Parts: sequence; structure tokens; C-alpha cells
Amino acid sequence: MNNFASLISISIGAVFINNFILSKFLGLCPFFGVSKKLSSATGMGLAVIFVMAIASSFTWIINKFVLIQFDVTYLQTIVFILVIAALVQLVEMALQKYSPSLYEALGIYLPLITTNCAVLGVALINTGVNTFSGKPYSFFESLLNGVMSGVGFMLALLLMAGLREKLELSDIPKTLEGLPISFITAGLMALAFLGFAGLNFFPPIGG
Amino acid sequence: MFKEELKRGIITENPILVLVLGLCPSLATSTSVQNGLGMGLAVTFVLACSNVIISLIRKVIPDKVRIPCFIVVIATFVTIVQLIMKAYLPDLDKQLGIYVPLIVVNCIILGRAEAFASKNNIFKSFLDGVVMGLGFTTSLCLLSIIREILGSNKLLGLNFFPGYSPMTVFILAPGGFFTIATVMAVIRYIGNRKKGVKA
Repeated sequence: MNNFASLISISIGAVFINNFILSKFLGLCPFFGVSKKLSSATGMGLAVIFVMAIASSFTWIINKFVLIQFDVTYLQTIVFILVIAALVQLVEMALQKYSPSLYEALGIYLPLITTNCAVLGVALINTGVNTFSGKPYSFFESLLNGVMSGVGFMLALLLMAGLREKLELSDIPKTLEGLPISFITAGLMALAFLGFAGLNFFPPIGG
Repeated sequence: MFKEELKRGIITENPILVLVLGLCPSLATSTSVQNGLGMGLAVTFVLACSNVIISLIRKVIPDKVRIPCFIVVIATFVTIVQLIMKAYLPDLDKQLGIYVPLIVVNCIILGRAEAFASKNNIFKSFLDGVVMGLGFTTSLCLLSIIREILGSNKLLGLNFFPGYSPMTVFILAPGGFFTIATVMAVIRYIGNRKKGVKA
């Protein structure tokens, strides 16, 4: 498979086909927690894209040059979660110092991201065997997968926030108010996203 | 005492259906009873063990770095579960995939460490870990029984209703959302009826 095609295939796969929220159930807590208003959903989405991009590049480097080098890949879980937690803290401090306006916009969402399973999830997917080539992703592919998964997360979050703003005004049976109706909405969205499965232009090798 | 605690873990403070913690693994792994049970027991093991260790070291760790300390303890036990599963239950490990290492970021475990184990003695923390884990397991089993029967017309791999074609959508992503929405709505309906609120 030529390189460019695989990049497009990774992007579309990460945003639509294997959408983190709607088909992999990763990052559901922020999805239901921060989707009440469009403005906070935008902030959270941008923060997730940012952290996922940084986390996927750093974890890839550490996995390749430390864990595989010294044959300690079984420490992956511990190392990755610590790296992500440290990174989030560093990003927060750097933003506070160099870009106060961006910090103001993303600040309160950053600490929440450490325990967002989407970030650890993307790191684990990048270093595991993937469906496109049967090998772990290269550095650039990991970075792209991180960014695009973040974009997919933001897309679902924004759609949900828009819907929930409308739901606030509608008349809902008492038993369904709040979370149950949000779950049903998310289910309907997931049903729609199932249709994207047909978008697989470049079928994975051996599958 | 154990009976009361059990009731608290499974009914009044059920981690998934009442506290709404740990949604990601509970929706992702409830596609069949086998997966749900495996995931539930793995979480119970990690929860009980990490609660014991955290309660043991609760007076030693400084307050400011307690969260990273908790995470390291939890990640250690998750790695143990991962290695055991790879060695003895390779099929289950393949089915659960990345959701096994993702137990680390399960909010139930960090939540219990922060809210309970860091304030109580070892025995109480262990009991809390076990009952909360069992609460998680029972709700996961409930979800997966519904999804497996509707989605693949099977229960624990055995055929359920002969001559009925399954609604595959229930073992896919949307079915997970619909199932948990229905279960939560039913629980709320019963709760409201008990309180005398009209639905």
C-alpha cells in the first residue's frame, strides 16, 4: 500500500469509522460531563486534540527507544500513564507561563484529561498491532492517529453538545430526564456513525 | 455487617448504575456475559488489592503527591492482571484487548482510593474494594446478559431462543448506549415510585 493512501485511510478511520466515543467507548466521562454547553465542549475538544498529539508522539518515542530497547514492554501501562500525567502537568505549566489566553481557554479542562481513557487508549493503540499494515504505527502515523482521534472526539462532543442544548428546552418524561435521554441520543448518533463503516476505501491487509 | 456492605455496593451505591463511574469499560466489554464477567472480576481484583495497599501506605505518602502514588499502585496491579490473563486466559485477553490496561484510568478505582482507602483502615478498605467490585461486576453482568440475549441470541455461548434471528445492533456500539439508558430509566422509575413521585 502506498504511503499517502495509508495516511488518508488512518485519518478517515480515526475520525469516522473507529470514532473514539461512538464506536470504541473511550472517553465517555468527559463526553457526558462536558457536553452541556457548546462553548465548554469546544474548549474540552481542543484540549484533548492537543494532549493526544503530544502524548502519542512522546509515548511512541519512549516505547521505541526505552521499553523495546531494554525489553521491558510489560511495564508499558505504568510508564505510559506516568508519562501522560507528567506531560499534562508540564503542558499546563508551560501554557500558564507563555500563553495565558490559551491557558484561560483550556486551563480547567487539562487536569481532567489525565484520567481520560481516550489519551491512554490512543497511546496503546499506536504501539499495538494495527489493522492497516499488521505492524505498529510509524512515528508520523502515530502522531496523525493521535490528532485525528482527537478530531473525532471533538466532532462527537460538539454534535452532542448541540443536541443537548436543544434537549434542555424539550419536554422529557421524568424517568428519562438527564442521563438516560443523553444515552439514547448518543446511541442514535452511534447508529448513524455505523454507516461510516462503508467508507473503508483501503481495506486492511489480510482482513 | 458484610450483608449491609454488600447491599451498599450492589444497590444503593452501585458504581455504574447509580454513581455513573467507569462507563467506558462497562459499555465496551458488556457484549457477552463471558467478557463482562472477566472484566468485572479483573476490576474487583485490582480494586481490592489497590485499596489494601493504599490504606497501608496512607500515612506515609505526602498529601500533595497522593494521586500519582495511587496511580502507580493501581497500574502495578493492572499489570499483574494483564500478565496473568495473557498467561492463563489468552482468549479472554484477546477479546478484551486494550480495555485491560485501561483499567488504570477507570474512575471507580481512583475514586474509591481517594474517597475511602486513603481515610480508612486496611480491613474496611479491603471490604469496600470487594463490595464495590462486586457491584461493578453485577451491573456489568446485567448489561451483558441483556445485550448477549438480544444481540446474538445466546447466553454464555449457548443458543437461547431457537428460530429467532438476533438483533446484531445490540452487540455493536449503539446497543450499548440503548441498553444502559433503558436499565437506568427502569431503576429511576422504581426509585421514583418508592418516593411517591409520579412518573
